[in-house]
Amino acid sequence: MPVIPVERKPLTLAERTYLPQIVHGLKTTFRHLVAPNVTLEYPEQRPEIPGGYRGVPTLVRDPNGREKCVSCQLCEFVCPPKAIRITPGEIAPDSPQAHVERAPQAFDIDMLRCIYCGLCQEVCPEEAIWLQTQYSMTGYTREEMVNHKDRLYELGGTLPDAHHKWDKKKAAENAAAHGGHH
Amino acid sequence: MTSPAKTELVTVNIDGKEIAVPKGTNVIEAARLVGVDVPHYCYHPKLSVVGNCRMCLVEMGMPAVDPATKAPVMDPATGCQKINWIPRPQIGCATNASPGLHIRTQTPQIRDCREGVMEFLLINHPLDCPICDQAGECKLQEQSTGYGRGYSRFVEQKNVKPKRTQLGPRVTLDDERCILCSRCIRFSKEIAKDDVLGFIDRGSYSTLTCYPGRKLENNYSLNTVDICPVGALTSTDFRFKMRVWFLKQTNSLDTESSVGANTVVWSREGVIYRITPRRNDAVNDTWMADSGRLLYKAVRAESRLTAKDSLAALLARAETILRLSPGLAAVVGSGQSSVEEQFLTRQLAHALNAPAYLVSRTAEGDGILVSADRNPNVRGALVTGLVSDLPQPYLDDLGEAIDRGDVRTVVSVGEDLMAAGLSATQLAKISVIQLGTQVCASSVAASVVIPTLTVFEKAGTMINQQFRLQRFAKAVAGPVGAFDDLEVLARLIAAAGGPAEPSDLAGVWTRLAAEIPALRGLSYAAVPETGVVLDASPWASLPFVEGESLHHRPALVAASA
Repeated sequence: MPVIPVERKPLTLAERTYLPQIVHGLKTTFRHLVAPNVTLEYPEQRPEIPGGYRGVPTLVRDPNGREKCVSCQLCEFVCPPKAIRITPGEIAPDSPQAHVERAPQAFDIDMLRCIYCGLCQEVCPEEAIWLQTQYSMTGYTREEMVNHKDRLYELGGTLPDAHHKWDKKKAAENAAAHGGHH
Repeated sequence: MTSPAKTELVTVNIDGKEIAVPKGTNVIEAARLVGVDVPHYCYHPKLSVVGNCRMCLVEMGMPAVDPATKAPVMDPATGCQKINWIPRPQIGCATNASPGLHIRTQTPQIRDCREGVMEFLLINHPLDCPICDQAGECKLQEQSTGYGRGYSRFVEQKNVKPKRTQLGPRVTLDDERCILCSRCIRFSKEIAKDDVLGFIDRGSYSTLTCYPGRKLENNYSLNTVDICPVGALTSTDFRFKMRVWFLKQTNSLDTESSVGANTVVWSREGVIYRITPRRNDAVNDTWMADSGRLLYKAVRAESRLTAKDSLAALLARAETILRLSPGLAAVVGSGQSSVEEQFLTRQLAHALNAPAYLVSRTAEGDGILVSADRNPNVRGALVTGLVSDLPQPYLDDLGEAIDRGDVRTVVSVGEDLMAAGLSATQLAKISVIQLGTQVCASSVAASVVIPTLTVFEKAGTMINQQFRLQRFAKAVAGPVGAFDDLEVLARLIAAAGGPAEPSDLAGVWTRLAAEIPALRGLSYAAVPETGVVLDASPWASLPFVEGESLHHRPALVAASA
């Protein structure tokens, strides 16, 4: 094995006193003493959620208060960890929303299974399921960690939707009933 | 599949592939044989051809011959006979194979045609796949992935037509989704012989409806739902229950009568959602009766029997009863049991040295797919030797034997003894060991009740009116507290002091193949999906109750009593 002799450079006077290094270190310390605080005092303080954040999946209503989900079960199908479970149901024929025909009877998302991938939102043909800004889900039991339909709508709120696809459908039906377009 | 023994074959050329098909085969079927898919909506192999959807357009040509000399015209470029292609496309469903017919399905012209037809079909179609029950098995959905535009050029308002029309007790119609293929109309007229459906109005106003004052309520109405290529006709029972892509398909049999229509059971996670027919050209074509589709409700019925005790405890009690009165037992088998169960029932009767009885169930047959014999497997009891003669509706012989005191114990394999004619006083005189799935008068009076499985929870075979041995497979698991029939019977035989019998399907089939002459050389796995016809000659003289039905002509017409 070849041996390379390395010549050690002698320390300068400044280095031998250690003072410049100490001053340099203290500079960092003093800078942080006066700099603005970067630590977030969670949970009293909450971070600002950037756009496109994928939080807890929620269900939304349209501006008229109609539940947008029609229980097509595509999210249930696409969900990789099988966190979503839907029991489809029929809207009562005397309901003002009867023309939509379908709505979920039960809609459960198991947040212990959910991986926040957002595929449910991507696949939804009715724009009914959204991963919003809520990120903190806690509970004492497994059952508490399952979001049922009521909770999902409570978390989701209203989507400022401009399509009103089903309202247009109903308007066309009404027009036809009054002798408009067949 | 049965095809006429002697059919004239003609050679046709489809997309460059030559195939010999029976003369008269249409282009869609011929193309299917060479693995070429010709998309279609209105054509159905078991219905008449109308050619109104125009989706199956193909290019067609014939070998050129000189008009004067009839000599083949050769193409110098290829050295083969020249093909005269018809410049405009033809519909495949109404084009029959003729010698030398040439078909092209993959040309730009045909692609344009299909895209054009799709665009017209989708003009007024509500794009409500998310709420449509047909999604996932919709021909329109399938073809639009191949030939749809992806966006609409139609700026006018779509048609509004009646939605949620109740055509009958079991069928709901959404007229907006209807593409006017008329399959349902033809089915009602040609197969169900109940011509209630029709189109009214013209052009884009055309609407499917029932004849005024009539309803689509015949026992075959749900077949219109099966053959509807879109989501216009939906089953009221299955409506909005589950998306079809979640459902597991299991091949099974319709056990409502001795026709033995082939079925598919659709289940998800142990819950059955619907039953649809499975094509078997020798038994039920592609149809089945509505009544058979509701049989799955028995699986989760309120009256379902389950036991809190273990099978060993139940069998111990049964053994005690059987030992109490040796030689004074009788076995009542069932025409609803599978062949394997009937064989073990016979072995049980042998082990007990007891007579075996069977109960008949008859009602009027409809001449299509519900026969007069409402037991699906009476012939199985004959073939396995459980009984040697046709069953009677009431167990009068057994009743007399009980009154005489010759019978003290009755093992009933799934039959309600009270419904079979035994009186309450007679039942009180005997100890009943009842096997079965549902609560009945007999199970209430029984000393030991051993809950067993429904046809959807076990596998086996049955022999239909044509002496066709057909398989059914296990679709869902049985409930807790219900036991496999074969295991129960095998252990009952052991409790009765009989020889060790196998309690699994393969084992029972080894015994069947060895013991039963008609089943020699067969095994459960070797039975084809379309069934195998057994030699019926030993029973040819029996006066079977079935009349004529689809694909069945009785050899001997019963002299009905």
